[in-house]
Amino acid sequence: MERSVVIAGFGGQGVILAGKILAQAGMDHGLEVTWLPSYGPEMRGGTANCTVVTSDSPVGSPIVDEPSALVAMNRPSLDKFAALVVAGGTILVNSSLIEAPIERSDVRVVSVPLNALAAKIGNARTINMIALGALIKATAIVPLETLKRTMEKAFEDSGKAKLVAVNIQAIEEGYNAA
Amino acid sequence: MGKRDLLRGNEVIAEAAIRAGCQCYFAYPITPQAELLEHMARNMPRLGRTFVQAESEIAAVSMVYGAAAAGVRTMTSSSSPGISLKQEGISYLAGSNLPAVIVNVVRGGPGLGDIAPSQCDYFQATKGGGHGDYHMIVLAPSTVPEAGELTMLAFELADRYRTPVMILTDGLLGQMMEPVELPEPIDPASIPAKPWATTGASGRDPNIILSFDLDPEVLRQMNLDLQAKYRRIEEAELRYEETMTEDADLVIAAHGTMARIAETVVRRAREEGLKVGLFRPITVWPFPYEPLRELSSHVSTVLTVEMSAGQMWEDVRLAVAERAATPFYGEMGGIVPTPRDILSEVRKHAG
Repeated sequence: MERSVVIAGFGGQGVILAGKILAQAGMDHGLEVTWLPSYGPEMRGGTANCTVVTSDSPVGSPIVDEPSALVAMNRPSLDKFAALVVAGGTILVNSSLIEAPIERSDVRVVSVPLNALAAKIGNARTINMIALGALIKATAIVPLETLKRTMEKAFEDSGKAKLVAVNIQAIEEGYNAA
Repeated sequence: MGKRDLLRGNEVIAEAAIRAGCQCYFAYPITPQAELLEHMARNMPRLGRTFVQAESEIAAVSMVYGAAAAGVRTMTSSSSPGISLKQEGISYLAGSNLPAVIVNVVRGGPGLGDIAPSQCDYFQATKGGGHGDYHMIVLAPSTVPEAGELTMLAFELADRYRTPVMILTDGLLGQMMEPVELPEPIDPASIPAKPWATTGASGRDPNIILSFDLDPEVLRQMNLDLQAKYRRIEEAELRYEETMTEDADLVIAAHGTMARIAETVVRRAREEGLKVGLFRPITVWPFPYEPLRELSSHVSTVLTVEMSAGQMWEDVRLAVAERAATPFYGEMGGIVPTPRDILSEVRKHAG
């Protein structure tokens, strides 16, 4: 089965890293994956996004016209991508920043107050990991334990081992909130 | 299966070059190939090899000329506008029978264009972007692992035929990440001896490397020798891939990034009951004319899909002639056709 996720938000919300960790977790789970960033000038200030495809067979197109899930970290991202999500797919909405209702009845909407949960944890930069925790609860793309292990290794490899504990907490908060 | 790493296309090309024994890398930065240069900057000095960020693209390709003449494996990389600047050097490399690898991570053009993915440099790569009667071998990977494999191959072919070889890819493949099992480093002893190289003439007659002779008879013979080499390459080095073509009525012809997107289209079209296959040139020079000609006599349509105004389309039409319909679908300026876009073109022409 092939699944695709668009993760989108403001530059600085950590969407690129979230996508990398999701793709790495997919690979660690034995899946084929692709990770494709938006690398245009839109990254400065506007919306940044990346697309992750996971599959049990080789991935064809890394460009996705009907994502099976969208993580919308802010309102412009929701406006840009919500209409693309496949019928029966999932839209994860950051309800801390997005108040508008989703004008689609054929998708599953999961509302998680990412910024409020990050404030509760005490680290505003964990919203991307909260989002990933919620995403994998809603979609079961990879198991919770795989995601945690992959994140831990990614942070350790980049010399940020001291951030592992708070991000484990973030993933669990998101998982439990979805 | 060995260890897999999740890596960007740009990083994999750079790492494969290192593992292929690239001793000297010269380049000038440009998006969207920056990670390639960065990987070389991080790793070449550590390995005791040469990394130079040159003052310009022309300087970089000229340094490649020097390193190639001295007999070492060498590479430069850039993106479209930078590759245009390198054309003079590429023509000199070809004219002097020098082995070198050039990577073009193509972006939208013409002119300064943009930084989004494109295939608009196909003509420049395959028809000779510089002056004179020359060709390069041009390899067009469609996945990140294949970008690594073809980079290894590029060094091998460059040495075997004493010719510049280009890796023709684009910003999408350069930027995206995919699991890769990196190729094993070559044994340096496996690199062919280069008795022609300018390594210092102590104890032997001098070697002279030139692309110049004022005597037209001599220059004619140099050209005939080059052409004979190109015929040998055409005989021995054609590479292409066919997917689900056995019973196909419509075949999509696409290279590189477009070909992998087309794979998804083939799968979806088959789910709709449309008999669709894919023909993917891996060497875009030499272009696999004969295999495509053969295939086109069994199908009704060969639909070329490119991120250009229809450049490879010319080669497809040369191969197919009147045996099948040859429609074209393309996007320009950095717009990447989605599977849905291509599928609706397929529906227009299939069945």
